[in-house]
Parts: sequence; structure tokens; C-alpha cells
Amino acid sequence: MWKFIVRRLLITTPQIVLLSAIVFILAQLMPGDALTGLIDPTVKQERLEELRVQLGLDNPWYIQYRDWVAGIVQGDFGRSFIYKMDVTELIGQRIVNTIWLSVVSVFFIYAIGLPLGIISGRYNDRLIDQLITGYTYIGFATPIFIFGLIAVWIFGFVLGWFPTGGSVAPGLDPGTLEYYLSKIHHVLLPALSIALIGTVGTVQYLRSEIVDTKQRDFIITARAKGASESRVYNRHIFRNSILPIAAFFGYEIVNLINGTVLIEQIFSYPGMGNLFLESIVRRDTTVAITLVLISGIGAILGALLSDIILSMVDPRIRIK
Amino acid sequence: MSNTLLEIKNLKTSFRIGEEYYAAVDNVSLNVNKNEVLAIVGESGSGKSALAFSVMGLHNRAKIEGEIVFKGRNIANLPSKQMNKFRGNELAMIFQDPLTALNPLMEIGRQIDEALILHNKNMPKKKRKEYIIDLLEKVEIPRPKHVYNQFPHELSGGMRQRVIIAIAIANQPELLIADEPTTALDVTIQAQILDLMRELKDDLGSGVILITHDLGVVAEMADRVAVMYAGEIVEIADVETLFENPQHPYTRSLLSSIPLVDDAQDKLHVIHGIVPSLKNLPRQGCRFSARIPWIDESAHEENPELHEISPGHFVRCTCYKHFYFPEENKEEQNHDTAQS
Ligand SMILES: Nc1ncnc2c1ncn2[C@@H]1O[C@H](COP(=O)(O)OP(=O)(O)OP(=O)(O)O)[C@@H](O)[C@H]1O
Ligand SMILES: [Mg+2]
Repeated sequence: MWKFIVRRLLITTPQIVLLSAIVFILAQLMPGDALTGLIDPTVKQERLEELRVQLGLDNPWYIQYRDWVAGIVQGDFGRSFIYKMDVTELIGQRIVNTIWLSVVSVFFIYAIGLPLGIISGRYNDRLIDQLITGYTYIGFATPIFIFGLIAVWIFGFVLGWFPTGGSVAPGLDPGTLEYYLSKIHHVLLPALSIALIGTVGTVQYLRSEIVDTKQRDFIITARAKGASESRVYNRHIFRNSILPIAAFFGYEIVNLINGTVLIEQIFSYPGMGNLFLESIVRRDTTVAITLVLISGIGAILGALLSDIILSMVDPRIRIK
Repeated sequence: MSNTLLEIKNLKTSFRIGEEYYAAVDNVSLNVNKNEVLAIVGESGSGKSALAFSVMGLHNRAKIEGEIVFKGRNIANLPSKQMNKFRGNELAMIFQDPLTALNPLMEIGRQIDEALILHNKNMPKKKRKEYIIDLLEKVEIPRPKHVYNQFPHELSGGMRQRVIIAIAIANQPELLIADEPTTALDVTIQAQILDLMRELKDDLGSGVILITHDLGVVAEMADRVAVMYAGEIVEIADVETLFENPQHPYTRSLLSSIPLVDDAQDKLHVIHGIVPSLKNLPRQGCRFSARIPWIDESAHEENPELHEISPGHFVRCTCYKHFYFPEENKEEQNHDTAQS
């Protein structure tokens, strides 16, 4: 297993380097540079040239790339033209919010998806399975933003059970119990909206895994030993069916972090997704580039996490 | 008779296809005695596995009619809770494909242990482990202590089949059903597994139902043989009789299609065609008649029955009396024309 993990880690490094290069090229292709946003008719062209030299923008690309990477490694992603502040500072709190939203969503995705998938697979083609499958079809057919809008409208505006915006009620001191309760209260509705729609894939996947596993030969072996139905399910079918789901865990998280863009918009939730849309619309290049880079690295790490989980749970990989 | 271990009476196992049930095992009666090997032979699709699964109660969506009397008790359609007391205990099964019959995520030791836990609740863990290691030794697995902690994918097919045998014999079954236990293995491994099975059988004194389509295996292992075709038994006899004096056209064609090196005639009769699919099985008259069209229709019985032509030797339908291979016929004709 360790060999596998080390090898897997070794692949990750060139992946990240390649990603950074692509993102850098992307940034170069964008119109304007770090000074475009500063343009102020009163500033003279000569002064601008001076500033460019000062910032190293006249250097050959490889020097610029090196400087850029060196900055990133030190946590310096440049400045936002719009907010006139360091990107790091701007993104910091929002990343925390988005990760929090994603973690809660993932929790609900599995809390809803695993039991439904198991029931649906075990009792396949019975009424309960048909109901669950019906739900998954609806979930697939419903765009997340429509579902989110309906949820905000009903549970936020009409019933008033949940707040309709923000990540925490204003005026609470971080660290107090109220503060954390408020955070949970704010995250519940968007997270549940994401989970109710996002879990249908897990339900269907788990269902079909279970239906497949049920017919495998080793299940007959287990029955031939005299194992009871519940034992056959608990010891043999579920473990084998959950394996591929466990392997998708890392990807699921990454998907979510990327997928929160729309939901954050609908729930006016101050996360990265929200910021990303804004940075695109307002051409805040440094912010957009940073977010692309971060989610790219997230995707690579998610894949890494998935592979590591798989290597730990599957003896066919663990042993080698 | 007290020597009878299993008695199957008029067993009919049907599967539902669309709206209707089709019998894959049709009116089969047979019995297995203690310490006896009954071989069941027949081509693919003739219903051998369906029969074995019926005895084990492993079909989940089949209609089972008739009686399966095991040690004096009818176990056909027994609720699974009661059936589980027999399965893996007094009744055990060995499967065809060792590569898929073991749980890929469970250590070998634990898979055998499961059979023990289920039927020997009082045996302490340490005892069970010792017992399993002995068992692995008994089925001639080298380094049993090491294998105990290994996973199936670390073992070869032959080794895995030994593990499956170990699982089956863990509780000293009185009846062992082996469904093509060597089909998936190399020839040399096949011989080893068969030797092992014979030893274990003599050891345990169990009755064995050995399903195979390899007549070499039959000759080597069986005491009696039942030949199945299209869900029915067409001939049943002790092994010597069956090989020396086969009667049913299907049995004869099975036997003559094995090449014998020292066969003076050096001739192979092959009957073309396959067992029809379940839906298309003929349900009336002699089911084999379609594959021997050169035999006159009047040779067949309308409702073919098993006839006891000598003690313990049963043949279905009267067509066996009139059967000849088409090549024989041609030769005769050639002979005739040469003469005239
Ligand atoms: N669960 C099932 N549902 C429907 N039809 C089935 C089922 N199991 C078996 N059959 C059909 O019953 C017939 C007998 O099948 P069976 O598996 O018993 O044959 P077999 O003699 O064991 O052949 P093989 O040598 O290939 O193992 C076949 O036509 C098969 O398609
Ligand atoms: Mg079979």
C-alpha cells in the first residue's frame, strides 16, 4: 500500500506543476495586466511603463513565471483590482465558508444517499425501490438552481425557518456558541438543497452496485454456507458495493466545491463561488486566476484522496 | 431404506420467463446413498445446476414442485431460516468457478470461519483458528498459517478451489454437491482436485452428487450415473453398466463422442445440435427426437417413461431399441450396394 501511495504522490507533483503552467498561460492570454485596473487618465504613460518595470512585467515569461510561482508558494497571489486588496486576504474567509458548506453538503449527501441506495438495491423492483428510483429521476431532471430558488422561497421567505443570505448572523462574536449555531443555521438550507439533488447519483450508483453484487458467485457461496439473509447483506454485499462509492469520495468533495457556485449565488452565501462569478463579470483577473488555480489543485488532491482511500479499503491494491 | 441419504421425488423446478413458468428440471426422481458418488452428466443447459440449486434451496425466484427428502425430511421449499441449518452443515456445495466463488474482500481464514461460526456457535475463536489451519492442511494447501491471512486474489485457481472445498467440508457434510468442480481448472490441477475429493469423501463417508460433463471424471469418480437431457433424466445406471452397455441414444452419443485412443474403430459419432433453450424445450413426446431425425417417429413413445431394463438400469423412451448412428446406416448401405 505504501508503495502505491508514494508512487501516487510522485505523480501528483508534475500534475500540479503542469496545472500551474496552464493557469499562468491563461493569465497571460487575458487582456491587460496587473496595472490595467489602475488606469487612471491622470497617470501618464511614462509612469505606467516605469511601474511595469518595477513590477517585473517587462521580464521574459520564464522569469515572470518563476516570480509568480515564488509568490504563490509564499501565499502571495497578487492584488484584486476591484477590491484593491490582496487576493489572499480576500479569498481567505470565503474559502473557509465554501469548505464548510461543502463538508456539510457531503455529510448530507452520504447521510441521505447511503441508506436510500442500500434499501433501493436490496429491495430492487419492489415498491420502495420504485419510489426511491422515482426520486432519483426527479433529482436528475431538476436543475440545482431551480431547486435552490424554490427552497429559499418556501423555507426562507414564506415559512421563515432559515435565513435567506449570508453565512452567519451579523454582530456575533466568533468563538461563541451563538456564532457557531448561527453558522450551522445558515449552512443548513443551502447544504440540504445541494445534497437532495447531489445525492441522486450516489443512490443510483449504490443501487446498481448492490443489484450487481447480489448476483455474484461469492454471494451464492455465502448462502450455501447457511448465512442468513441479513448476514449476506451486511458482511458480503454492502462491503463490496460500497467500495467504488468510497473511491469516489475525493472526487465528490471536489465536485461540490466547484458545484457550490450557483447555490452560493442563490443563497447569497459569501463563498468562493460567489466571488468567482463576480471576478469574471468584473474582469478581476488575478482573483479569477487564483480561484481557477485553487480549484484545479483541489481536483488533483481530490483524485489523490480517492486513490488513497481505495488503496486502503481494497485488498487487491492494499497488498501489492 | 436407512442407507438412503437423499431421495428426490418428481422434482420440477421452473423459472418464470415473462408471464409463464418453464421447467428447467422436469419430473426428476433419483436417490443418493451414504458413501456413494452419483454423477449427473449432460450438456450445457440440461438442468444440472438447476437441480443442484434446488436441493440446496439456492434458487430465489423459482417454483419448486415435488419432494426433496433429505435424511427423512422433505426440504423442498423449506423457509430459508430452517434451510440455513442444513446448508453449509449437513448439506454443502462446491462451485464451478473458484475465481469468483470467494469474497474478494475477505481473508481466506475468515471465509472458512464463517461456515464454522454459523453452525458451531460454541467453538471458541482460538479453537476455530486451529481447526481451520488443520482443514487447510487437509485440503493440501501449503503454508496454511500464511494462507489463513491471505486474500483470494493472492491464490491460484487450484488453491482457491481447495479453499472452497475446505469451506464445504468444514462441518463434515453428509451430502456434498459438487457442480463441475474441475471445469475451470488445468488438467493436472483437475486430477489433484479429484484425488482430494475422493479422499475426503472416503474420510467423511458422505454422499456426493458430482455434476460434470466430463465423462473421464465420471469414469474415475462415480458409483452411479444419471444422464440428463433437457431437464429430464434419460438414463440412470451404475457406472460399469452405463459405460459398457449404454442404451439411450443421448447416452450413446455422449459416450461415442469421446475419442478413445485405443479404439479399433477409430470413429467418432457426433450428434449435432444443442440443448434447446428453456423456452423452446419440447414438452411433449421424446425430447431427444429432434436431434435424431433419422429415427422413425414411431420408435418414440408418446409419453416417454423410464423403463427398468435390468435392475437399477433405467432408460427413457422406447427409441433406444431402434437407434443407430447415421454413419452405421450409410456403411450398411454401401455394403449392400457393393454386394449387389
Ligand atoms: N435463474 C434462472 N432463470 C431462468 N432460466 C434459468 C435460470 N437458471 C437456469 N435457467 C435455464 O435453465 C436451463 C438449465 O440451466 P442449468 O444452469 O441448470 O444448466 P446446466 O446443465 O447446469 O448447464 P451448464 O453445463 O452450462 O452448467 C437453461 O436453459 C438455463 O438457461
Ligand atoms: Mg451448470
